[in-house]
Parts: sequence; C-alpha cells; structure tokens
Amino acid sequence: MTVLVYAEHDNHELKAASFKLISAALQVAKHNSDTVVVMVAGFECTMVAQQVTTIAGVDKVLLADKPQYKNQLPEIISKLVFEHAENYSHIMAAATSIGKNFMPRVAALLDVAQISEITAVESADTFIRPTYAGNAIVKLKSKDVIKIMTVRAASFESAEISADKQAVIEVIDSDVSYERTEFVAAELNKSKRPDLATADIIVSVGKGLPKDGMPLVEKIADRLGAAIGASRCAIDEGYVSSDFRVGLTGATVAPQLYIALGISGAINHVSGIKDSKIIAAINIDKEAAIFEVADYGIVADLNSVLPELEKALQN
Amino acid sequence: MVIIVKILVPIKRVIDYNVTVRVKADHSDVDLSNTKMAINPLCEVAVEEAVRLKEKGIASEVVVVSIGDNSCHEQLREMLALGADRAIHIDHDKLLDSLQIAKLLQKLVEQEQPGLVLLGRQSIDSDNSQTGQMLSALCDLPQAAYVSKIEVDSGKVLATQTIDGGTQQVLLDLPAVISVELTMNEPRFASLPNIMKARKTEIEIQQALDFGVDLNSNLEIIEVSPPEQRPQVAMVKDVAELLDKLNQAGVIE
Repeated sequence: MTVLVYAEHDNHELKAASFKLISAALQVAKHNSDTVVVMVAGFECTMVAQQVTTIAGVDKVLLADKPQYKNQLPEIISKLVFEHAENYSHIMAAATSIGKNFMPRVAALLDVAQISEITAVESADTFIRPTYAGNAIVKLKSKDVIKIMTVRAASFESAEISADKQAVIEVIDSDVSYERTEFVAAELNKSKRPDLATADIIVSVGKGLPKDGMPLVEKIADRLGAAIGASRCAIDEGYVSSDFRVGLTGATVAPQLYIALGISGAINHVSGIKDSKIIAAINIDKEAAIFEVADYGIVADLNSVLPELEKALQN
Repeated sequence: MVIIVKILVPIKRVIDYNVTVRVKADHSDVDLSNTKMAINPLCEVAVEEAVRLKEKGIASEVVVVSIGDNSCHEQLREMLALGADRAIHIDHDKLLDSLQIAKLLQKLVEQEQPGLVLLGRQSIDSDNSQTGQMLSALCDLPQAAYVSKIEVDSGKVLATQTIDGGTQQVLLDLPAVISVELTMNEPRFASLPNIMKARKTEIEIQQALDFGVDLNSNLEIIEVSPPEQRPQVAMVKDVAELLDKLNQAGVIE
C-alpha cells in the first residue's frame, strides 16, 4: 500500500514543515517498501506541485487546483482527502494549524482513530507521541486499516531534493465545496523572521527582560537568523503579541538552539521547549527553574548582557 | 435577542495542571492514583464563554456534558456553579479515544439539538486536539477550532482563530462546532450561593452503552515512558564563553 502526504504551502511554495513531514512519511513507507504520494491542494499552485516532484523518494504528486481550495478550509480539505483515502495505508499531515484543523475530520469520516503529533516512527503501525505536555511519552500501535497521523515537524529532518528521478504530477478533478463556512480574512505577522514552529534558532524573552530591551533582542534575533518567542509573562508585560507565545498554551518548539532571556522557567513554558537540542539560559536569578532544563547558563543582568551579546554577534 | 436557544459544552476531568505528571514504574501508564484532578482549563474557558453569551441574552440555556465515571460529577457541579443550567453525565468506566467521544457527542447533539457546541481545543492529558473537529465532521456542522474570539449575529458566528503566524476569521452558519483557545477569556470564580445551588441540581445520567455506538478502539498503548532527562546545566561566566560553547556544539556559526 501507499502513504499519502498532505503538503502544506502558501499556493506559491512548499512550507518548511512539509519537507520534514515527507521525511517522516518516507520512514513509514520504508518499513513496507511502500511508496509515497503527495497531495497538493490549493489555487494556482502548480509551482508547488512541481517543487514536490523534486523531493527524493516522492513517487507521485496529486494536484487539486481549484479556487475553493485556496484557503484550506477544513470542511473542504477533509472531504477532498476523504474522497481519495481508500487507496492508501497511511495518511499524514503536519501538526500545523492546517493539519490539526482538517485531519481529525478525515479520521472521523473514515471511522478510524487519529494519532496526533507523532515524534518518531517505530514501524508501519507503531508510533511515538508525547502526552501530558511532553511529560509522558507514549508508544502506541494502530490496528486501523487506514492510519491517520499528524506529524510534529520539528522532530524530523527535512527530506532531500533529488538530483535525478522526478515524480509525476497527476491532476485530480475533485470539485468539493462547502457553503456554510466562509473564509473572511487572515492577518499574518509581517515579520521576515522564520516561523516559530520550524526555526533552527529561537531567541525567547520572559518577564526578566528590561523594559526597553526588545529592540536589542530583535537585533540579536536577526543576527542569528532566529525567530522570536516569549513566555506568557512577557506577553502580559506587552513586549510582544500573543502570537509569539511558546509553551503548553502556545507553540511547542524544538529548535537546534533555544536562547531563554529572562525566562523563569514555569512548567507551562518548559513543557513547550524541552525537545530543543540546546537550551541556553540567561537569568539574574541563579535559582530560576529554567536552569534545570538548560544546557548552558549565565547568571547575569540582561541590562549588561544584551548589549554584549548583540556586539559579539556583529563580528 | 436570543439567537441560540441552547449551547452544549462538553467538558473533561483531567489531572490538575499544577501537578507534576509521573509515569508508573512498569511503564504501563501515567500514575494518577492520589492525584489532584480538576476541570481541563480549556473546557472551563468554553463554559465561561457560553455563560457570557447567556448573560448577554444571545443564548438562553447552557448544558454541560461529561463522559466518564462518577468522579466527573465534581467537575459538572463546578460548571453548574459557574453558570451552566443543566449537567449531563454519560456514564462509562473505560477510557475512550477522541473518535468514540465524538460519536457519543454526535448522538447527544441529535438528542439535544443545540444551536452551538463550544468546547476546549484540547485536553491537557492526551493532548490530541481532535474531538471538536471529529464532532463537526460527524454532525456535518461548520467548524472553527483554536478560536480566541466569537461574535454572534443573526444566525451566523464570526470566529477569530489562531493560526501559525497570525490569526484568521471565518464566518459560520449556526449551528456550529467551535473549539476555544485559553486566551478567549478569564473564567470567573463561582459565588458561594451558586456553589450551594449547584450542589442541589440533579445531574442527568445516561449510559454510554445505551447510545448504540461502537466504543472499541483500534489503538493500543504499548508503553508509556518518562521523557529523556536533559543533561545537567553547565554554567558559564560570560557571553564570550557561551558563544564559544554554542559554536562547539555546532548550533551557531
């Protein structure tokens, strides 16, 4: 049987999470010498489909190009995927807003379970996922005929671009619509910085940040090519908007490097960052809980450390 | 003007969010013996929002429902004290997956015919974030998940959702299924008279087995283990030494 992957994109190019999702799908496929088929649904998104054909290991791309797929409404996308589901042993999407919105619907329509946010693949039917905000790691086995999963992108490497063999594109003509939900508007952060969910480096701020510290933090983030994150306290202080919240009640992140500036390390926050490869923490309080999860720590006043850090990164 | 006659709010009893989670020594499951339990914080936000809609005169009745054993009566009564009018307990003593929960709720939606279903976007134990979406698909009702704000107007609801990198708005025909974010509101504390009143309210009990729903799951838990411990922190003296260490670790250039 074949693994179906639902690719995520902005109708122009594939999102970083999709490369990681496809590598997770390749891991699943490898256990049964299966093939991987990627569905690209959107509007005027042929370029995305072409981009997918260049990814190593992808056998075929299904392209559904219709105006009503443009905004990825879950009512529509779930029916589209459901219509094509019977040919596949596994259906996988990234555990992003889009995937988390539509995928449980596909599972319900197929009358099977969904396994949410897998972080590792043990075999074609056994997967690892965190529960209790990462405080318990569950290994579970699915007996469903079609296995529905979302994938925590940060836990997987990106799939590679192939030099030679290219996948074929098959246009699918499904015309699914839904009249009772209307997309109104989206408001995206205009930042040129990477997404929290896929950033390699995150510079994150907490209550301990000096009141006038944000401009320096932004410079530091830009020098590192990093995303900016924040604890709940920093959001309450008004340093950044709640879109930047990291933790149990915000984004769960797993960058290569997480720099925690003035973050105390409340359990809510720590739960969302502990899959980071390296955590570096700077805090004036040597008893701060953040040092319990950090790899490197400095006990210091951010008033002096921030300018030093910014200066050191100039070179 | 009343637009929604009845709001249904499914709620879940979970481990208290302040309690440290421990895994059983035999790695069979999480150890919940003698553990403080509480309402799932996101469910409480959903109930608060429903009660506010009622107070504004937009809705006229708030019905809370919980699926599980008798212990969930504690949380149902808390939600009655918060302002819910009725509480339904769907009795079942085994843990169910989201799909089975959604199927039971689908039957209850058919029975109760709510104008709106409000629920938390996920529970803090299983972290699945599936029930609302599954219920919406099974009932073929419009869906908005991860919602931080709703505005109800003449048969429609405008929902503001959190999405990766920002927010988006969708306009849903009622009835609809909406799952909420923690940021939507700050739940009130119940007043003493309301707590006393909630104690006397009768909880309507139905048996899950009478719903005609297949309650078997195809998921089998093989093992539950604690997360890998992170290594001990290495304290460094200044920025230069930190950058040096990060460089050696290969995470910065």
